[in-house]
Amino acid sequence: MSSGQDNAPTPSVPRGGAAPGEWGGEWEVVIGVEVHVQPKTLTKMFCGCGVAPLNAPPNTHVCEVCLGLPGVLPVPNRAAVEACLKTALALNCEIPRHTKFDRKNYMYPDLPKGYQISQYDLPMSINGFLEVGTRKVRIRRVHLEEDTGKLIHAGDKLHRAWESFVDLNRAGVPLMEIVSEPDLRSADEARDYAMELRTLLRTIGASEADMEKGQLRAEPNISIRRAGADELGVKTELKNINSFRALHRAILYEVDRQRQVVESGGAVVQETRGWSEAEQRTFSQRSKEFAEDYRYFPEPDLPPLELDRAWVEELRAALPELPSVRRARLLEQLPATHVAIIGADRELADLYETAVARGAPPASTANWIVNEVAPSGKLLSPESLAELMKLMHDGSVTRDQAREAYLEAVETGRTPAEIVAEHGYAQVSDESELRVIAEAVIDANPQAATDYRAGKKQAMQALMADLRKRAPQANPRVASELLLRLLA
Amino acid sequence: MSDDLTALTIKDASRLLRLGTISAADLVAAHVERIERVDPHVKAYLRFTPELWEKQADEADRKIRQGDAPPLAGIPLAVKDVLCVRGVETTAGSQILKGFRPPYTGTAVGRLFEAGAVMLGVTNCDEFAMGSSTENSGYFPTRNPWDLERVPGGSSGGSAAAVAAGEAMIALGTDTGGSIRQPAALCGVVGMKPTYGRVSRYGLIAFASSLDQVGPFARSVDDAAITLALMSGYDPLDATSSDRPGMEVLNNSEGGVKGMRLGVPREYYDVKGIEPGVKAAIDAALFILRREGAEIVDISLPHTDYGLAAYYIIAPAECSSNLARFDGVRYGLSEVDAPNITDEYLQTRRKGFGTEVRRRVMLGTYALSSGYYDAYYLKAQKVRTLIKRDFDDAFKKCDAIVSATSPTVAFPIGAKTQDPLSMYLCDVLTLGGNLAGLPGISVPCGTSEGLPVGLQVLGPQWGESVVLRVARAYEAASEMRAEVASVV
Repeated sequence: MSSGQDNAPTPSVPRGGAAPGEWGGEWEVVIGVEVHVQPKTLTKMFCGCGVAPLNAPPNTHVCEVCLGLPGVLPVPNRAAVEACLKTALALNCEIPRHTKFDRKNYMYPDLPKGYQISQYDLPMSINGFLEVGTRKVRIRRVHLEEDTGKLIHAGDKLHRAWESFVDLNRAGVPLMEIVSEPDLRSADEARDYAMELRTLLRTIGASEADMEKGQLRAEPNISIRRAGADELGVKTELKNINSFRALHRAILYEVDRQRQVVESGGAVVQETRGWSEAEQRTFSQRSKEFAEDYRYFPEPDLPPLELDRAWVEELRAALPELPSVRRARLLEQLPATHVAIIGADRELADLYETAVARGAPPASTANWIVNEVAPSGKLLSPESLAELMKLMHDGSVTRDQAREAYLEAVETGRTPAEIVAEHGYAQVSDESELRVIAEAVIDANPQAATDYRAGKKQAMQALMADLRKRAPQANPRVASELLLRLLA
Repeated sequence: MSDDLTALTIKDASRLLRLGTISAADLVAAHVERIERVDPHVKAYLRFTPELWEKQADEADRKIRQGDAPPLAGIPLAVKDVLCVRGVETTAGSQILKGFRPPYTGTAVGRLFEAGAVMLGVTNCDEFAMGSSTENSGYFPTRNPWDLERVPGGSSGGSAAAVAAGEAMIALGTDTGGSIRQPAALCGVVGMKPTYGRVSRYGLIAFASSLDQVGPFARSVDDAAITLALMSGYDPLDATSSDRPGMEVLNNSEGGVKGMRLGVPREYYDVKGIEPGVKAAIDAALFILRREGAEIVDISLPHTDYGLAAYYIIAPAECSSNLARFDGVRYGLSEVDAPNITDEYLQTRRKGFGTEVRRRVMLGTYALSSGYYDAYYLKAQKVRTLIKRDFDDAFKKCDAIVSATSPTVAFPIGAKTQDPLSMYLCDVLTLGGNLAGLPGISVPCGTSEGLPVGLQVLGPQWGESVVLRVARAYEAASEMRAEVASVV
């Protein structure tokens, strides 16, 4: 079992032996994750409405279909089906020949039709897996459904609100639901799983998977059991998690809460719990004792989907190299710390590999991407990066100059070579030019020169410092060689 | 003159319009005058659309003058209150939708508008098309033009009565279990339900999505055929609509029944409760068809007895979900003074829905509930499969199936309102066609006790042309053309 590396005041994961109560041994944590992902589509799941940007004014991306007006009918979005299939294939799922949509019935003001179109017993795909570190996490299913609208309450929650407002911009936005088996054993693993999923989704172009924009929502279900036990404990499901960090913390908190409940002689209640980011704790939302009966039945407005096998195979063949494979390849050239960053982001990995293919030196390019590109998020073309890396490698520019040229290239779109030339960044490597300066430095620092000649090698530093002050563009390697020769 | 104009068929009216003998405005005026005279007695219409008819008649007259009149230019049309027309109050016969004006026009209606039809108004029906007498209307009952003390049938009773009383030349209805064919029979007009998927359901306020179809009422088979052909065909807004060309319904739909095999299912012929006068009228029709050269063959639909039970599981199950959207949140009746959202739902729906709708929502909710789903909904779906197989087997032995449309003639108003089961039995001969998704027509076939009897012709899937061919042949040979009831 692992504990988190967060430095915030979150409770520690229980460790064996220390806890009071009847069970003095290790607790095993069992986690499954249900992830909702918004596939990259121009329009909603069942109508022609555009998918609204995050801060669009309420109810501006709606039509009679997603408003659930009487007499309208859903028509499935092919792009969403395609994204779901690609995701399923990348997760090594089986794609059954027959799949269908079902209605999940419940009434709530954010659900215009009184039912959500989802998939129940014949999902688009089943039985896949995703490798996360050394663990193979089984994927139970990936299916397609539609999102609900959003409620804004003036006052308290729905039942006590003074006034409630309904925004249906999100109603009908496509969602893929990716359900894992309870194969994860720690908060770290659950977070890594979600992050790996994000990398995968971005790599195959199925989703932008931005958690902060609500394009990826992870809902872990968590239980604990005595280490070595076969039966699963009673689980709770966590909602309202808006970042990978929150996912990690919420799980740590919940595991500790469950341990305390059990160790003080209580029993964990099966329920849905919300994560409060402000209070850094989970709270009870809905007990399963009052679970709704969703009365699933086949959606009669949509004929069953008979997925064309040729299409599925076409999609399979067109999948790009998956992150796990690419990472293995990168590990042959680069240290693991660099691969962890470059291999987690398709754009960075593409940038690295293309720049290297254009002649950029691998080690310094990887270093540059990890230290300059990844933190700033500022991408430049692989051609420009290769050019810049070569300039730095052959000593034409200093690292500081390279950084300035990089930022300017990103901003203006001009090539690094142009920028370097224009700013006169290019280092002075010409010996005849440098000789004048070097001689002046030796003349101005007689003591240091004498010291060096007497065998005090560190005196060279003072000479070089003065040289750099006089000629910042001097190529340091050429300049120091020149000084050595003059002093010899 | 004006009564003559309200007794015309499309063919005759179109000839007069194109000759310039009459204008579309004349035709509308004659119908409006007729409506003013008889509708206070019949009460076929819920509301009228003078702005539409003026605009559409003007447009028709302009096109006729220009010589490019579309096929239905100037033809007066009535539309059942479940079909959405942009800007026209559409309520599905229910108080819960009072004041609802859809911002869109349904595909079937829209296609007839494009074909030049002139809409006179919205016709009465059983609330959400649930009923067989139009007595379940949330507004008032419609009366049978042949006997004002009797029902017109239902649920499309207003449309059938309007055509029978010369208040419209053609009308649109919907048929979920017999709601076009049964009122057509009781009112002595032609009514046709197409193959499921033939006509788009977009804009049809759903009762039971897997059974509903839009179809025409007319006073001749010709008129029904051309109206159906013009509204048929693929609609990208309805995923269950077929891509077969609409006009194919007219292919080979003439030419008589010589050499055709017409099946008479013994379960239909001797159905429980069939009136002797109805049976005699059907016998006479069979005699005529045989005389015209058809071979009458004895067939069996062995699962007929289970059809009614299966229908009254499947239709309520789908309606319980389809009607969930009427929650008072976005449109229609809204009891906003309720103390909380749950009470708002309850009060709105209790006030807005009538007894029969509430009964079916409850039946359907129950049938889909966890623990009951397998015993009810799933079993009903299995029965539905058996019924489809019955028809598949039957159509190996015959080209079309003939029977009475309704076991009885029009019954007195109030006769069955206290006994829902006896009302449900009205559809016993028609609902099999809905469960199997087959095309069917009802044509006038004499009278019993002075009231119209209907002959039903059912065809195989996509076999509209066969159905029309038999109906046309019978109509021609029997000389039983639908007449206009004098009413007053």
